[in-house]
Amino acid sequence: MKYLKLKSENIKVFYKDFQALYDVNMDIQEKRVTALIGPSGCGKSTFLRTINRLNELIEGTRTEGQIYLDEEPIYEKDRDVVGLRRKVGMVFQKPSVFPMSIYENVAYGPRIHGIKDRNRLSEIVERSLKAANLWNEISDRLNSPAARLSGGQQQRLVIARVLAVEPEVILMDEPASALDPISTSRLEDLIGELKKNYTIVIVTHNMQQAARISDYTGFFLNGHLVEFSRTDELFVNPRDKRTEDYITGRFG
Amino acid sequence: MGKYIEDGLTAYRMKAKSEKISVPRPHRIKPLNLERGIEWLLKLSAAIAILAIVLITVFIFARGIPLIFKTGLIDFIFNLKWSPSHGSYGIATMLVGSLVITLSSLIWAVPLGILSAIFMAEVAPSRIGNLLGRLVELLAGIPSVVFGFFGLIVIVPFIRSHLGGNGMSVLAGAIILGIMILPTIISISRDSILTVPKEYKEGSLALGATHIQSISGVILPAARSGIITAVVLGMGRAIGETMAVVMVTGNSTIIPGSILSPVRTMTSNIVLEMGYAAGDHQAALFATGAVLFIFIVILNLVVSFSIKAGKNYAN
Repeated sequence: MKYLKLKSENIKVFYKDFQALYDVNMDIQEKRVTALIGPSGCGKSTFLRTINRLNELIEGTRTEGQIYLDEEPIYEKDRDVVGLRRKVGMVFQKPSVFPMSIYENVAYGPRIHGIKDRNRLSEIVERSLKAANLWNEISDRLNSPAARLSGGQQQRLVIARVLAVEPEVILMDEPASALDPISTSRLEDLIGELKKNYTIVIVTHNMQQAARISDYTGFFLNGHLVEFSRTDELFVNPRDKRTEDYITGRFG
Repeated sequence: MGKYIEDGLTAYRMKAKSEKISVPRPHRIKPLNLERGIEWLLKLSAAIAILAIVLITVFIFARGIPLIFKTGLIDFIFNLKWSPSHGSYGIATMLVGSLVITLSSLIWAVPLGILSAIFMAEVAPSRIGNLLGRLVELLAGIPSVVFGFFGLIVIVPFIRSHLGGNGMSVLAGAIILGIMILPTIISISRDSILTVPKEYKEGSLALGATHIQSISGVILPAARSGIITAVVLGMGRAIGETMAVVMVTGNSTIIPGSILSPVRTMTSNIVLEMGYAAGDHQAALFATGAVLFIFIVILNLVVSFSIKAGKNYAN
């Protein structure tokens, strides 16, 4: 059963005078992996950050157009952004573990959303770490500082932290760019497991990665969504000349 | 890395030798006199600076310690009676005075300073935050005698007419000192909040935390060591400040009974009596300085340990 989880309609983003995105229209299917590719500065990360309205943190940013999450518009004057971000989790390029223990990192989200019961918190922490394939490696040192974990473990911890607030969509902004090949392949395996339950949108520099893990791919160039289709189609039979040039490595 | 280059060079030379190609001689790096001279200058500067501090410290202790032995350490520190003309040297009142003045200024200046720093770093638009930051730094440059003068002309009479007493009081000292340490606390806390990686804030917000939750849950804990440093430097300034305190606190050698009663700090004691002190009296002032010195060293140690303990969790 296909279900349209997210729909963007004519999304435009401006940083002061600079237009970073031009009329992006994209349909994102539930429980699928959608990859966003393109050269640096093409607007793929900017688009990703429109989905949880994180661009608004930067002074002087303006967004036009609309994104629908489960058919509900998210750019609405009285839209509850906190509730939106609970449903749409995000994993960043640099593993952003908080300067606290492993346990506290995962418990942070549920705590701010009002869960105080210790047993329930422990249960959530364990479940989230298991879902992020990290539990077996660190279950004996939950109280040690998260900063001591390896880069790959930190990134999976960040994913566990996101899972702990039970989102429906997970945004990933080049999550593997700071990781070694082994950690990267573990992360890709994890993404494959997560898509059974979550809708995933991932920005990546690595075309092989996009080809390996995604069901749909969007190619961005200079703020335009040049092409968006099923991954196998886009990589085998690109419709646009620019897409072909990019995926064959002629620029970027 | 260097080894591979050397191996490569050797191989190249051997090949060149066998094929009779001329090889450029490797450059010898000539030790530059200028380089040595600068190194020497740096060593000398460091040596002079450290020597000056060591000499002063040794001098203070050498002049003060004999008196402490004479009166006994316990008596010197716990005796409430400071009466040089009767040969009674007890600094208990001043020790308490310094503590009371410092704590009562920290009590209001630390929360106010940290909250202002949060406002400037996190809440205010960056343009306004920067402007305020510069104003605060300007405030730090005002000489302490000016603060003292302001206290004497404005705050002391205000306390006298509205709260009672003669106005020269713990309260007046706490207000003036608090104002004086605010710039230190604000600007260092603000800097440490500004250097928290933006990933922390974004990570927290992306989990659905509100701005305020992100500040208290992630940003402040991450900036913790910087904020502690800010408080310590503020505290150091408060303990060591003399001029402004002498001008507004009345300087009686009594244990203050209320915030309206006058008080004398250790620093005030030294500055008030150094002009005419001689013999044991002068030694007692040096001994006061030595106690003050140890006081501040202990404080710094406690703080650097607590920062280290917190660092474990930071990246």
